[in-house]
Amino acid sequence: MTESQGFSALMAASQTGDARAYQALLRACAPIAAAIIRRQGVPADRIDDAVQETLLTIHRARATYDPSRPFLPWLRAIAQRRAVDALRTHGRTTAREIADDDAYLNHPGLELPADATLDRADQTRVLAEAIAALPPGQRQAVELLALRERSLDEAAVDTGRSKGALKVNLHRAINALRQRLSGDQDA
Amino acid sequence: MPDGTGYSALIGELSAGLQPVRPLASPWRRAALWCGAVAWVAAIFALFCDAGALFHRLAAAPDMWLSFAGALLTAAAAAWAAFSTSIPGRSSYWAMLPLPPLAAWLAASTAGCLRMRSIGWTQPEPHMHGMDCLYFIVMVAVPLAALLMWQIMRACPLRPALTASLAGLASAGAAAAVLTLIHPFDATYEDLLAHLAAVLLVVGSVRLAGARVIRKARL
Repeated sequence: MTESQGFSALMAASQTGDARAYQALLRACAPIAAAIIRRQGVPADRIDDAVQETLLTIHRARATYDPSRPFLPWLRAIAQRRAVDALRTHGRTTAREIADDDAYLNHPGLELPADATLDRADQTRVLAEAIAALPPGQRQAVELLALRERSLDEAAVDTGRSKGALKVNLHRAINALRQRLSGDQDA
Repeated sequence: MPDGTGYSALIGELSAGLQPVRPLASPWRRAALWCGAVAWVAAIFALFCDAGALFHRLAAAPDMWLSFAGALLTAAAAAWAAFSTSIPGRSSYWAMLPLPPLAAWLAASTAGCLRMRSIGWTQPEPHMHGMDCLYFIVMVAVPLAALLMWQIMRACPLRPALTASLAGLASAGAAAAVLTLIHPFDATYEDLLAHLAAVLLVVGSVRLAGARVIRKARL
């Protein structure tokens, strides 16, 4: 039995659902396809992709193989077509995409820089200290209305104070914080 | 990965759920099946034609029946070629198969326009009749092309544009042949141009749409 007859027999068995014959056939086809694709001038780093596409096409097109005909021309046609596809894709990529190393290096990351993260932590600490130093009524108004984002009605129920008193406390607290924080910055 | 072991994962995946497949019938058998569908369409239109007048028209001058036979043979040959080119490994020279009948069809149609003697069993052609012919050919060719492309998609057309063009030519030829059944007019230049425009329109459209469908299906 010649090599081509062997392939034909394996493909004929595959068409009947023989998975073992099919595995053997695909394993034998891969190096032949790789050689055909390489001869077509496909770059080395694209050969594997083209071989995989060839194997997938063999799978999809296996009903088109006529066991009374030689197998290798059938395989060669598929591998050559997938090589042409790979060359086209490669050509499009190299024509449209350019490598710009400077742009890559200068592209800002999504995360904040380390010094900005430290600044933000400092600011949070200073604000927390300023709030802690407020008189109890004002501190309570800031915590409920500004930090926890409660409504005036809810805060009035929680504290037992009138809404007017809470508004006044919040207003005074904001003025006190503004003075203290701007004083800190000036210092 | 020269020995194929590097593709083990893919090979294992492809062979894991392997289902038996029945090899496709030969291209000429599949073309014959499509021609059978065309015959059904022609039979429907034949119900509305005057068979006697048709026979006399075709027999009155050689260009009349040559043109009809040319269109019919172009359709059959182009369908056969389309199915052949959709099989991997078959020569692209199959695309030449419809050229002789196509040449005969064009030559006979042109000769009909040059003929000095008008033939009997024909009617005077209405104004702008060429547009009616164009619409008819396009309207009949489109479903025939859709059927042909559906059959072709079961194979693996590696040259999508070539195969789809042949499918378009087959459909246009079949539609033009069917038109002859209900076309009680002598050959004119206006008719010839309208038929030519319709054939080119169908071939171009099917080539564009068919090739796109084949590429999208990643056959």
